[in-house]
Amino acid sequence: MATDVEETLKRIQAHKGVIGIIVVNAEGIPIRTSLDNSTTVQYANLLTNLTMKARSVVRDIDPQNDLTFLRVRSKKHEILVAPEKDYLLITIQNPSET
Amino acid sequence: MPPKAMGKGKQAGASDISRRRTTRMRDGDDMTDIGDGTENDDWMHSKALVKPDDQLDLSEQQLKEEFTRILTANNPHAPQNIVRYSFKERQYKQISSVDQLAIHFALDGNMLHKDSDEARRQMAKLGMPDGEATGLSLISQAVQSEHAGSEGGEGAGAGAAEGEDQQKEESSSPVNEQTELEQEPILELGKDEGREDAATPAPAAAAGGKKLTNQFNYSERASQTYNNPYRERGTATEPPPRATFSGNVTQWEIFDAYNEDFEKQEKNKEKKVVPGRQAEEKTRKKLTITETQSDDVTRIQNAAQIVERMVNQNTYDDIAQDFKYWDDPSDEYRENEGTLLPLWRFTFEKAKKLAVTSLCWNPKYKDLFAVSFGSYDFMKQGNGMILFYSLKNPSFPEFIYETDSGLMCLDVHPEHPYLVVVGFYDGSVGVFNVERKEPVHRCTAKNGKHTDPVWQVRWQKDDLENNHNFYSISSDGRIVQWTIIKNELIYQDVIQLTLPEAPAEGPDGTKVSTVGCGTAFDFHRSNDYMFLVGTEEGKIHTCSKAYSSQFLDTNLAHNMAVYQVRWNPWHPNIYITCSADWSVKIWEVSDKTTVDTNSENTENVSTRKPLFHFDLNNSVGDVAWAPYSSTVFAAVTADGKVFVYDLNVNKYEPLCEQMVAVKKKTKLTHIEFNPVYPIIIVGDDRGNVTSLKLSPNLKKMPKEKKGQPAMDPAQREALEQAKLDKLLNMVRDPPADVSKAPAATEKK
Repeated sequence: MATDVEETLKRIQAHKGVIGIIVVNAEGIPIRTSLDNSTTVQYANLLTNLTMKARSVVRDIDPQNDLTFLRVRSKKHEILVAPEKDYLLITIQNPSET
Repeated sequence: MPPKAMGKGKQAGASDISRRRTTRMRDGDDMTDIGDGTENDDWMHSKALVKPDDQLDLSEQQLKEEFTRILTANNPHAPQNIVRYSFKERQYKQISSVDQLAIHFALDGNMLHKDSDEARRQMAKLGMPDGEATGLSLISQAVQSEHAGSEGGEGAGAGAAEGEDQQKEESSSPVNEQTELEQEPILELGKDEGREDAATPAPAAAAGGKKLTNQFNYSERASQTYNNPYRERGTATEPPPRATFSGNVTQWEIFDAYNEDFEKQEKNKEKKVVPGRQAEEKTRKKLTITETQSDDVTRIQNAAQIVERMVNQNTYDDIAQDFKYWDDPSDEYRENEGTLLPLWRFTFEKAKKLAVTSLCWNPKYKDLFAVSFGSYDFMKQGNGMILFYSLKNPSFPEFIYETDSGLMCLDVHPEHPYLVVVGFYDGSVGVFNVERKEPVHRCTAKNGKHTDPVWQVRWQKDDLENNHNFYSISSDGRIVQWTIIKNELIYQDVIQLTLPEAPAEGPDGTKVSTVGCGTAFDFHRSNDYMFLVGTEEGKIHTCSKAYSSQFLDTNLAHNMAVYQVRWNPWHPNIYITCSADWSVKIWEVSDKTTVDTNSENTENVSTRKPLFHFDLNNSVGDVAWAPYSSTVFAAVTADGKVFVYDLNVNKYEPLCEQMVAVKKKTKLTHIEFNPVYPIIIVGDDRGNVTSLKLSPNLKKMPKEKKGQPAMDPAQREALEQAKLDKLLNMVRDPPADVSKAPAATEKK
């Protein structure tokens, strides 16, 4: 099980255009990252807040609903956030790389 | 009475009566009171002794007796013995000393000590400078400052004075610490005084007009008890541990809480109902414990999967958009022509040397399909693989299984999408459960394994005892039904494909019965017992599960091996076949063969003509009907092309003939339509699976009239059948006219 997940993460990391991936645990501490420390901490903090807000938006409208994933597309790249029960998987990808 | 006479009279008494007047020594002479002489001169005419009548007669001796008179300070009016009642001792007690003070005269004077308050005030009023700081006694200083303090807001001058005083106080205090202690009680005294003297004017340290509100001079008398020195004693406790607690209340949190509560209630109910399953629960608990202790990384498995798909979607964004929304607009201008838009290509490293031997869409998840890999080459046989791909993740398969022998076919169970049956090149069959890694079942040589590669397997409906079962067909001429009973595969030969020729003679004279080689079969969608079998000799047998030794019908369809035979999904009597002889043919099951008990049937091979016959210029690997229309089908050939036909539009020419394979010399081996989306997947012999989107011309479906509700399946079926029937009527042999058949069915 663990190896499958590890392999998946490695594949994502090696995918075309992916700049880095961060795994954040329930307390907001990044437990696995492929970026440098300061960037990681920054992303982790900011995106945890944003994800909580987004989830709260979705659930306030309909409590039976839940957030599946969150994409923030900017000029330079796209940030993909997939929340899991208390965990967060953040990926930064540059989609227009050929 | 004259004083002289009085003195004499009292003399005789010898009493203790104190006198204020000093006693005089009495001479024998007459006492002449010189002091009072002038006063007595008035009424003292003579010096002759006047002896009153009642004067005591004393002798000469007695007269010379000296009497001592002592003047004391005792108050003659004060009582000598005062007795008071003492409540403490409950008796009368004599007071030992009696106050002897007698005030004769009192006069209040108006002299002030120069250092007293009043004196200062007066001096200040008079404008005299205050004494030097050092000259001030600490006592008065303290009192003064207290005064200043108690009367705040007197004026700027007063404030400055106060400040000055305090400064002085402070400057002197470190010098003399001892006095500080005294100062404190004195300060208190001063405070009291201050309160009492609130009305008195403020002391003026510096010059300045003072408002004297009260001219009265107060004098105070106070006494001070000894104040014990203060000592501060305190204890500090450890502060209680604090934690910040914050909570949000939102609608969904309330919802979650209710859900949890509900689940707990359910569990309690279950526990009550089944109290005997404690052991199970314990094992369950153990499982959950180990789960929570597992590695952090495994927790995000789902999230990782989602992210992988998102990343892929980003990378293949244009393809995903095309898949969803692209419809070739040029199809409007090209009637009778369609195109296939290439979408994703699915490849896997380890499968690059293998050929795609079978494709199957998952009946439950419309984006999931299974691919089996093996090799068609007799000489090069290696391992095999099963890969499950999802359209959402084109870069990596969802499930991977490797097998030691090449796989030739695969089928996914319609009701249980996790069960997959495969047929191996070595003749065995196996069942995989997607949730587990190992094959669930694998038949052995003893267990009815085929002696030749298994070309096709198909799941059947569960039998009467709800056991899963499936059929397999192989080149060794056997069609075998396998049933899974209690986790074991049990086989049962259904039919043996016997050749009509007489048994050949072996080298030593024994008769070796030759059997045909089955290569494909298909079960009728509604009449489950009827199925078609394609053989390597090119024959199509119509068989029934009920008849194990005879075929219902045999059709000499092709000159070479039949690679695929499929029933039309809409029409019950039409089927299509493709073969290595470069042709695709569409047949109809004629009425006379459905109920046939003629024993000569095996010899009487009908030489019916196909309804439609297409020549595709190369060996046709696979053919498939479209699920959305009864007149559309597609075929793949060994030269890498895909042909799509719509009989409704053009009975003779394909609507689309497109080269799909990337490299030349790749043969396309299999094709499948997606039941929901307008895409097809095509497998080739290099391990690639390509997905293509059908252009609008290729996927013409019956148009619904506006305003009418959507067609239900029965209606649709009827419509499709009618459509096909209309076509068929044009090409079908008229039933009465058999002789005209060749001419009438001429391709036109």
